[in-house]
Amino acid sequence: MKILVFIQVDDNQINRMSLETLACAQHVSNDVSAITFNNEAANELAKYQLNEVLLVNHEDLNSYNPLRYAKVLEQMIDNYDNFLFAHTYETRDWVPRLSARLDLPFISDCIGLASDNESILVTRQSYQGKINNDLKINSKSFISIQSGCFKSDSIKPGSSSISNVDVDLSDIPNTITAEEKFKEQKGGVDLAAADLIVSVGRGIAKEENIPMAEELSDLLNAEVGSSRPIVDYGWLSHDRQIGSSGQVVSPKLYFSLGVSGAIQHQVGMKGSDKIIAINKDSNAPIFEIADYAIVGDLLEIVPKLINKLKE
Amino acid sequence: MKICVLVKQVPDKNDEINLNEDKLSVNDSNFNLTTNESDNYAVEEALLMKEKFNAEVVICSFGKESSVQVIKDALSKGADRGFLIENDLDKEYDILNISKIIKNCLEEEKFDIILSGLQSDDQGNGQLGVLMAEHLNMSHGSLVMETNLDVESKSIKVKRELENGWFQWSNLALPASLTIQSGINKPRYASLRGIMMMKKKPIKNIKLSELQSNINDFTEIKELYVPQKTKETKKIEGSDDEIADQLYNVLKNELGLI
Repeated sequence: MKILVFIQVDDNQINRMSLETLACAQHVSNDVSAITFNNEAANELAKYQLNEVLLVNHEDLNSYNPLRYAKVLEQMIDNYDNFLFAHTYETRDWVPRLSARLDLPFISDCIGLASDNESILVTRQSYQGKINNDLKINSKSFISIQSGCFKSDSIKPGSSSISNVDVDLSDIPNTITAEEKFKEQKGGVDLAAADLIVSVGRGIAKEENIPMAEELSDLLNAEVGSSRPIVDYGWLSHDRQIGSSGQVVSPKLYFSLGVSGAIQHQVGMKGSDKIIAINKDSNAPIFEIADYAIVGDLLEIVPKLINKLKE
Repeated sequence: MKICVLVKQVPDKNDEINLNEDKLSVNDSNFNLTTNESDNYAVEEALLMKEKFNAEVVICSFGKESSVQVIKDALSKGADRGFLIENDLDKEYDILNISKIIKNCLEEEKFDIILSGLQSDDQGNGQLGVLMAEHLNMSHGSLVMETNLDVESKSIKVKRELENGWFQWSNLALPASLTIQSGINKPRYASLRGIMMMKKKPIKNIKLSELQSNINDFTEIKELYVPQKTKETKKIEGSDDEIADQLYNVLKNELGLI
């Protein structure tokens, strides 16, 4: 099975998830190649055991544009059986275009990959991580791999050659143009550096209950984090958010209060050493990855714990 | 200005998900069905554009017969008319096939803007908006956090959320398909008057069984299952007081954090 892995480069660095994806590809096939638009990345990739590294040098690819990216991969389509991507926001922005254009499926956010007599089997989650789906793919396909499912340090080292590839990027309409990227909050909280995190989810119920979580956090000398909805409601600032659209953390203790643990949240915290979870819903996905599980009402339990800690 | 919002009916986030005996599908008979969360924000964004630019807002949903409710909810909030593409065949489809079905139904409407939530809370593919853009030859922007429509220049400027706290403004030529990130606005509730007016608004019902569509079986479900735990989880149980005591003990003695 011939696999081509697209390597995303952010600020001249190979995206960590792209390396995980490369490890995933090597895990199922002996015929893996990688494609990048960046010289330095190509040199890095040449140190791995790959069939070849495809390098596309074109000034129109120096910054991200979905239409140009799709045009490049479209020109590779006949040479490979499957195309792998890290499941990043960038991938989500452009790979569906390839899928629609070429009428080939894009199986997004997969957590496992296996091959079985020339066909490929993937596992992806549905219902916010409550159900796993094993799928057999019957055609050439695009597949994206969720963060943290494969280890980038398991990539097989070796030496591979770099092939320069020419692409035709004419006739691409100028309908999507991006400005420089920017950060909104300067000097925000760096949750990635926190040893302990008290994280707040929907189960906190009301904005008035946020100070309770903050008090617990202060007593434990922790930082307060949150899931997406809490930020959307405006109860905590954006720099507190943990998950695929926020920060990725791996503290010694992740103490979650009313966080259900949807996939998008788990991606940002499943690397924590220890996880304590309080949630009313015994089926909340957070309990799948928790070390200590408490099915109960955090609004009753947390004040009692705060009193104990104050004593 | 014609705006289409793609909305999906999904089970409530707190619903328990049970599998059917065949382990190939979920048992949906006890779901508390609701509008997919990020789709609510997409509806609101369309209504804000309607108020500012006098646009027509059309709500489209693909799903079972019950999905008419999510269309009605959006019409009650102020959208103008609805499209239900009713899946009356006892079969589920992957997102590429669904996008092709929707394309066949929407193509002749020639929408200026298509809005959709960034991903569904059930299947979570997160692809539909971009698939539609390609099918209908539109520009697109995903994970949109703010919009500035310029009717005169036929363009829309969108603030997109990137990873790790980064944002970016993109200029999109119309027609454009946008996938909306939750938190972009404050979705309104339907007024009583809105609910009364909804009853007079047209909802077109298109049955999948009567549509010409070229379905490809790209993927085949082998098995559905509840994820296996990889961790040993210790349950802390008892009265609230007992739980608080045990938690204190865990923090102090097992984790050594106090």
